[in-house]
Amino acid sequence: MPRIIKHHQIVDDPWQILTLTDGETPGTVALPAAPVLLPLAVWLARRDEILARYQQPGVWLDSDEDPEALAGDIARLTVIGVNFPKFTDGRGYSSARLLRERYHYAGEIRAIGDVLQDQLFFMRRCGIDAYALRPDKNLEQALAGLSVFSETYQAGVDQPQPLFLRRLTEATA
Amino acid sequence: MYRYDRTDQQIIDQRVAQYRDQIRRHLAGQLSTDELRPLRLQNGLYIQRHGPMLRIAIPYGMLSATQLRKLAEISRRYDRSVGHFTTRQNMQLNWPKFEETPDILAELASVEMHAVQTSGNCVRNITTDQFAGVAPDELTDPRPYCELLRQWSTFHPEFAFLPRKFKIAVNAATADRAVIRAHDIGLDLIRDDSGEIGFRVFVGGGLGRTPILGKMVREFLPRRHMLSYLEAILRVYNRYGRRDNMYKARIKILVQALGIEDFGRQIEEEWSYQQDGPSTVPDEEFERIARHFDPPARETLPAEDALHAARFRNDRAFANWVRRCVHAHRTPGYAAVTLSLKAPGAAPGDITEAQMIAVADLAERFSFGELRVTHEQNIVLADVRQRDLHEVWQIARRQRLATANIGLLTDMICCPGGDLCALANARSVPIAAAVNEKFDDLDYLYDIGDISLNISGCMNSCGHHHVANIGILGVDKNDEEWYQITVGGQQGNTATIGKVIGPSFYAQEVPEVIEALISVYLEQRTPGERFIDTLQRIGLDPFKARAYVGRDRRRSAKVETRELVNA
Ligand code: SF4
Repeated sequence: MPRIIKHHQIVDDPWQILTLTDGETPGTVALPAAPVLLPLAVWLARRDEILARYQQPGVWLDSDEDPEALAGDIARLTVIGVNFPKFTDGRGYSSARLLRERYHYAGEIRAIGDVLQDQLFFMRRCGIDAYALRPDKNLEQALAGLSVFSETYQAGVDQPQPLFLRRLTEATA
Repeated sequence: MYRYDRTDQQIIDQRVAQYRDQIRRHLAGQLSTDELRPLRLQNGLYIQRHGPMLRIAIPYGMLSATQLRKLAEISRRYDRSVGHFTTRQNMQLNWPKFEETPDILAELASVEMHAVQTSGNCVRNITTDQFAGVAPDELTDPRPYCELLRQWSTFHPEFAFLPRKFKIAVNAATADRAVIRAHDIGLDLIRDDSGEIGFRVFVGGGLGRTPILGKMVREFLPRRHMLSYLEAILRVYNRYGRRDNMYKARIKILVQALGIEDFGRQIEEEWSYQQDGPSTVPDEEFERIARHFDPPARETLPAEDALHAARFRNDRAFANWVRRCVHAHRTPGYAAVTLSLKAPGAAPGDITEAQMIAVADLAERFSFGELRVTHEQNIVLADVRQRDLHEVWQIARRQRLATANIGLLTDMICCPGGDLCALANARSVPIAAAVNEKFDDLDYLYDIGDISLNISGCMNSCGHHHVANIGILGVDKNDEEWYQITVGGQQGNTATIGKVIGPSFYAQEVPEVIEALISVYLEQRTPGERFIDTLQRIGLDPFKARAYVGRDRRRSAKVETRELVNA
């Protein structure tokens, strides 16, 4: 079974990712057995069918897709995948923050695609808590990427108080 | 200046460890060349024409004497005893060894320095006025704001992989010396009617292939909102900036495509969610950082030092230097001094190890141990007593740092160009040298007066040629080096993008063409007019005509306009 990093641990993980191939359409593609991350377009086209079929529905967003599309159903989703088509495409960081901070999503956000050790720290700070690394990468080694820095300046999902506020509290304590 | 606390130091130390591990994994074959590239760039490491180049961050141009000494030592141990100052107020080392770069970063960290985000598609070094804190025309010291932005932008988790690089500049003076409208975001510190400090926010400026001046997106932003508002801008850019074409990926293209009104509406909407959130900066934090920039313990002195005045009257060479290189200071009896890195024969912006040590000594003896790097690639000692100016001048002169040419034709901004830079179309340093040779008579230079001449080796415009009165751009025609000339550009409050005068020139022609342009000015000027004033009054045509006299240019140059991306 494939393995991923989840909550700072390496775990076996059964989730599949459905991608539409040539000729397949969101309305007609066969829905695979659970658990599966479905493309946003499939979710939008067949929401009720999916909710009836899967106890733990999952959807993935591509980097150009707007998390707002999930806002109304956020509490129903077990896993939301955020795709990084290339590790240099930084849109997924904004998507993850929006899911957490604006739409208050509390389930798992999983980074999928070109996911590499040296981006994990940023991903974690943006609210991503599971990482399906690129298959050629060593997961044990990659774990170190989650804890490169022990302090950070800005507010993030992991630390909603920017350093300057904590410095001030410390100074007056 | 700002001094690190334990946390700042820890973050920088951990950065060194991270980078060391990345280089180790790369050398062990675990991190591919493509995977390493953006990581090393965000640590200032380029692979250039002759090998690696390391760009060291000098946040908003501020250096202590101790830091400059460390740079001197690094340049000797790891490079060829020379450094180069850039228009982002940073320093480049052109000959480091790839394997030694982690050690260089560790050395830098020992003096609170780093190379964080000096390249890559992220927020770059924040720049500001070299006279910050001493300029008489300043509303408030811009450096605390720059420092706050430095901290906020350092390893910002959401904005490490933007569509393209992102540059921010801050101005707080009546005269903008930071070219803020040539930046992705330009912040102009102002006070509103109630006396509150805030910013006028410009967005979407930039040079490069499509030079555009920034447009005002907000007339007044109270300072406590600066971080949340910038996050809103960066988020809209991160999500909607173009990623399909790197030549169209800067925020200026997005602003242009949406129009400033629509873009402004999107920012305001995004900001409405973040406004008054935890990133709102309390006054205490501004005050905490501002204390790091408290004025040094200056003496109470008469506005005019009699000894200095006498020397000024009696020593012509000294007086010339004072006229060009000494600037007004807000404290009576003090002055700011520019040390010129534009001596004849020197590559503009280059500084040798010996000069670095000498400047560190000067800063310690005469200017409270601090100095600034200017975006015009010179050095400023900001707090010199008038009575010490003569001695500073004598010492600087021995180090070839006292060429009295600040603001004159030979005070050129010049990028490293084809001698070093992998992206260049043409060399730029030899052009600067040729101009220097042609205009080697100081009296002639004084007669020409205030003028700016900037040189870039390619469309990336690191030499800011677009905003120079005379701009020179290296272009590539059939593998030959040619130069396109623009005139009429300006920086400052009346920032203007220069206009191309016509087909490009051979390298040998460039000094003659400049002389031709200057001669039109000298013939046509009215008393008190600078080059740019005459040009604006009489228009481009007389200059154009003179530049091409005797030159057959029927075949118009095909100009390479691709903006390249660093590797
Ligand atoms: S302008 Fe071009 S040649 Fe000059 S330093 Fe920049 S990229 Fe290199």
